[in-house]
Amino acid sequence: MDFLWITIAAAATLAIFSFLYKDNPFYKFAEHLFVGIASGYVVVIEYYNVFRPNLWDPLTAGSDYWLIIPLVLGIFMFTRFFSRIAWLSRWSMAVIIGTYSGLAVIGFAEGDLLNQVRASLVPLISTEAVKKLASDPGLFTFLDFMTNPLIVIGFICILVYFFFSKEHRGTYGSLAKVGTGLLMIGFGAGYGYTVMTRMALLFDRLFFLCSEWLHLI
Amino acid sequence: MTNNKESWANRLANLDKRWVFLCILLAVGFPLFFPIGLPMRPSQPVKDFYNVLQALPDGSMILLSGDYDPGTKAELYPQNVAILQQACKKHMKVVAIALWPTGPPMLERAFNEVAVGQYGYKYGIDYVNLGFKEGREAVMVEMGRSIRQAFPRDFYGTPISQIPLMDKVENYNSFPVLIDISAGYPGTKEFVQYTQGRFNITLLSAAPAVSVPEFSAYYQSRQIKGMLTGIAGGAEYEALIGHPALSARAMDGISFGHIVIILFILFGNVFYFLGKRTSA
Repeated sequence: MDFLWITIAAAATLAIFSFLYKDNPFYKFAEHLFVGIASGYVVVIEYYNVFRPNLWDPLTAGSDYWLIIPLVLGIFMFTRFFSRIAWLSRWSMAVIIGTYSGLAVIGFAEGDLLNQVRASLVPLISTEAVKKLASDPGLFTFLDFMTNPLIVIGFICILVYFFFSKEHRGTYGSLAKVGTGLLMIGFGAGYGYTVMTRMALLFDRLFFLCSEWLHLI
Repeated sequence: MTNNKESWANRLANLDKRWVFLCILLAVGFPLFFPIGLPMRPSQPVKDFYNVLQALPDGSMILLSGDYDPGTKAELYPQNVAILQQACKKHMKVVAIALWPTGPPMLERAFNEVAVGQYGYKYGIDYVNLGFKEGREAVMVEMGRSIRQAFPRDFYGTPISQIPLMDKVENYNSFPVLIDISAGYPGTKEFVQYTQGRFNITLLSAAPAVSVPEFSAYYQSRQIKGMLTGIAGGAEYEALIGHPALSARAMDGISFGHIVIILFILFGNVFYFLGKRTSA
């Protein structure tokens, strides 16, 4: 029985890979199958892991009557299917947007803004990194030594680049150009990591096909 | 002669992309059959990840959030397995949750493979899978007040009052460390923003390589105490725990794939400029 399921998974993988050659019915079938199964799975999980234990069971047990409020707001979301009363769904959306906006502001201020600004205020030269470089000269200790200068210079130059109230000319323009260069390096590194993730996905599928399905390795 | 040169350069510059796919397929697949075992050097974020867990007393209880899906299984499942290896070696109790609907089965599979299969862990006593909860950031904040309220039942529908391991669990303070296996939103970024500072959590992150640029800033600011990123991070971590497995095996293929891509980028540029010059 296991072999049957593994064969179905392998067939789905090969059907998706077939798109690399050209678009075809096998690819379309696998794509639609995936979307359908994923949607069905999420509905079932939401029902048994969220709706039942968090709303339905406490309500029917008579323990938390205030849960009628989210239940009503949830039902309001479905009024979007009926144009005459679709406006009711805006109440639910208002609660969701209001709650998440409030949460997002606090989260950004606490997690990103304050801590990231604090972490950027580092000494230009780290004495610890100098000691490490002096005791064990090498590529990695040198890169450690370069961390703080790069953070400080990069931080200033990129901020300068995003300050558009002054024309980017002369020394100011040069700083902005350095900022642009550093941003490009950052984007390049980000893209490189994306490629690395895609390679991992390919390896995983090849490993599955050769190991679990065909038992070649 | 010039025409020949031009057509040759242009032909290579306009190479059918399916040849590129084939080359990458061969490069990534070759080490599957002929493993090379390229050397690796554990990076500082990975060492920190390992050291934070290693410094905990044996038998500690940790909170593991499995926020990933089959789409990121390639990178995150091997990390999940390796994390459980280190935890089980230290007889740690593991309470697992998920903020992604696809997380619980991934966690279950990893538990069955490592905790149950190799270390004889008992469900409800040594580990528990509390399943998925909708609400994203709201759930993260709610867990700071009461995990029992956020997850009234486990993944299998058992009320948590009937699970012995949950007797000692109240909120984040019940755990010396929170490990988030994060494929995206909601995940590590949201844990940093909404809970790490507010509830003073020691946060460790296991993430795909694509998240490195974003999470490195949090590691540099020490909001994340340690970080595993992608197959490379997983392979380095497997080396540290002395259990080379899936990630270590994948590293050869990925390295070969990268070499082929770099060569294609170089050749692509060379033929592009060559073609430009000859046509001029």
